[in-house]
Amino acid sequence: MVLQSSFKSCLPLSCLLRTPRAGFGGTASGGLIIQSLSNDVYQNLAVEDWIHDHMNLENRQVLFLWRNSPAVVIGRHQNPWQECNLQLMRQKNIKLARRRSGGGTVYHDLGNINLTFFTTRKKYERMENLKLVVKALKALRPQLNIHVTDRYDILLDGQYKISGTAAKLGRTTAYHHCTLLCNANKFVLSSVLKSPYKGLKSNATPSVRASVKNLFEEDPSLTCEMLLDAIAEEYATQHRIDHPITLINPTDETVLPGINDKSKELQTWEWVYGKTPKFSVSTCFNMIYKDSVLDVKVDMDIKHGRIEACDIDLPQQWLPPALCSELVKSLTGSKFCPYETTALSSTLLRTCPQDYELHSKWNLLCENMTMLM
Amino acid sequence: SKYACVFDKSAFNFSHQQRLFRTSAVSRGQIVQFKLSDIGEGITEVTVKEWYIKEGDSVSQFDSICEVQSDKASVTITSRYDGIIRKLHYNLDEIAYVGKPLVDIEIDASKGVAPEEDVVETPAMSHEEHTHQEIKGHKTLATPAVRRLAMENNIKLSEVIGTGKDNRILKEDILNFLAKQTGAILPPSPKAEIIAPLSKSETVPTAPKDKARKIPIPVSRPIVFSGKDKTEPITGFHKAMVKTMSAALKIPHFGYCDEIDLTHLVQLREELKPLAQSRGIKLSFMPFFIKAASLGLLQYPILNASLDESCQNVTYKASHNIGVAMDTEQGLIVPNVKNVQVSSIFEIASELNRLQALGSAGQLGTNDLTGGTFTLSNIGTIGGTYAKAVILPPEVAIGALGKIQVLPRFNGKGEVFKAQIMNVSWSADHRIIDGATMARFSNLWKSYLENPASMLLDLK
Repeated sequence: MVLQSSFKSCLPLSCLLRTPRAGFGGTASGGLIIQSLSNDVYQNLAVEDWIHDHMNLENRQVLFLWRNSPAVVIGRHQNPWQECNLQLMRQKNIKLARRRSGGGTVYHDLGNINLTFFTTRKKYERMENLKLVVKALKALRPQLNIHVTDRYDILLDGQYKISGTAAKLGRTTAYHHCTLLCNANKFVLSSVLKSPYKGLKSNATPSVRASVKNLFEEDPSLTCEMLLDAIAEEYATQHRIDHPITLINPTDETVLPGINDKSKELQTWEWVYGKTPKFSVSTCFNMIYKDSVLDVKVDMDIKHGRIEACDIDLPQQWLPPALCSELVKSLTGSKFCPYETTALSSTLLRTCPQDYELHSKWNLLCENMTMLM
Repeated sequence: SKYACVFDKSAFNFSHQQRLFRTSAVSRGQIVQFKLSDIGEGITEVTVKEWYIKEGDSVSQFDSICEVQSDKASVTITSRYDGIIRKLHYNLDEIAYVGKPLVDIEIDASKGVAPEEDVVETPAMSHEEHTHQEIKGHKTLATPAVRRLAMENNIKLSEVIGTGKDNRILKEDILNFLAKQTGAILPPSPKAEIIAPLSKSETVPTAPKDKARKIPIPVSRPIVFSGKDKTEPITGFHKAMVKTMSAALKIPHFGYCDEIDLTHLVQLREELKPLAQSRGIKLSFMPFFIKAASLGLLQYPILNASLDESCQNVTYKASHNIGVAMDTEQGLIVPNVKNVQVSSIFEIASELNRLQALGSAGQLGTNDLTGGTFTLSNIGTIGGTYAKAVILPPEVAIGALGKIQVLPRFNGKGEVFKAQIMNVSWSADHRIIDGATMARFSNLWKSYLENPASMLLDLK
């Protein structure tokens, strides 16, 4: 059965989703393909959460297609400081998201497509899904030299990674999602996925770096749309789906009740940064003040994204010891966040002696501290 | 029934509302070793990444116990039983084995052990209205114990509001629902009624308890409130604010309030708004308030000063770095507009736009947050008329602006007209600022705003 891939359902969703049988979609059994109308990484991750928590997948399998505007997505148990260049991301306005599935860090932009395969826990089978993707791509471009590795990556020409995989298993449902590089910005990708951090010790899941390539480089006639259609068509064939792809708006509460709360949760500091497993930082930096260079040594333990313990080793008497210990005391318990640190250090200045030199030294030290975050 | 759970009916005697239904006391329950179930794909070992519970916590069936990871898959392990966690078999980052015990759970003795196979959430039941599984495509979360309780009392789960995690329906929710249905108070048990008549026919002085039993006074219905106090440490920025405000307390504040007629200013702003918009800037009233304050500070520089710690010296600050209080995610932050004394109103508006954008993103920098010399707080955008603002050290004055209200006022001819009125409340450090200075500054500031054309004469 061939899916009319050129026709996507743009009908108001109500007529497709409001059926007498409870649940999402036109039929209560069989396959369903949905595509997101949004490019917001948090909204799209929220859709995954929603389907995982609320949909009854006993007799149903769902394929979710989505793309995001520039964002770095880290795995559930990873450390963003270790995985990416946070400062660069802030400068370039690239969002940071933490997904609920495991695995490593990836860079998303509109040249990358994301596929999520939802099934019951019992029918969770990653290899099958990836074989489906390879089959679809080969049907589109038979000359592509692609294969699935035993680490669930898809490699091009035996060496370049074009797809990475991660999965989430719940009590009754599971999902497997993967990326697919069509035409992503490789330059930005490699610069943001390189952490400048030294002296970080952690048990967080590390990413395994790989050389990547875009399918577009192999065949410039390929577009994301074509890849999405090819994969959707293969899925529809294998699951005997005869209705078109359902477009969904991930902010529509009538279709996805409670979805906006899910997106909001994914954006909270507590989720994105606070879920980082315990880690420690042991580093030193130089500060140039007037004509001298100062060595500063910093040791910090961070738990739930907050500074649990902090030690700053400064040259003797450069700053009054009382002030230094005031800074350490204030940082303890505070978020390991440059903005929080700036706000608290600026506020502390109000109750310090009003001395220009003292203030300059304090600001210099605090600015260097925020660079660590 | 499909369920093997056994219920002790006496547990649901409603005259004993306060009884706890969790395994809080009495008999020691049976300890069950909850094993790590099959993950699929032939996986035999996983790493424990996060514990959601600790030893001593009580759990319900389907509550999340921990998160484990195996080869790019993150798995949420949920409890099969209701009970209390007695032992965690692994620490964080340790390897856990499929088929081996993960946690030990003490099960309530009166309940028995739930069936071994996974309880599927959508069973084919004949009592469909009692186990109403799907509400608008949702699964109603409730343990089999709770479902049975609902069924026994002819309650539709869809009508009960769940207060548990993920809107799960708890036993307490069913009881609340029942309490509402049966009326304000529940009638006394039959036993009590039999005893009461005996006490009437005697010469024995009536014991106080008999009197109490005679009168079932309708009191407010028993509220089953399961909220708990929550204590958190004060950290980071808030800790710094505590220090600042405690220091501010040492400053002897005096207040001075007045009313400003902004009718002309409102009109002027309406005229200038489109012009500012064409230059890409949003023009509010604040730039006018800030510039007028700076003009006033030129005449009364003591308000832009700082007193040293020992109160021996006053430093008159050359720059007018006027702080604007902002309500952000982090709390009350006060960035300042630098050198207002040499800035035009448009430049001030432009700076404010920049600071507001950074403030709402919680991303203000050190330079923007330090060096302020005088502060205005526009609390009126939220509401209020008069306020008593607290001076932010090391400054010596602060102004709080109330909301602009349309009020009737008399003009020079004795006629009533519509005026746009805003109240200002100044606070100043009485150690170096006296009432007269504050009043004169306020009058000058007021005159600039009530008659904006007069600002042109003194603009630098």
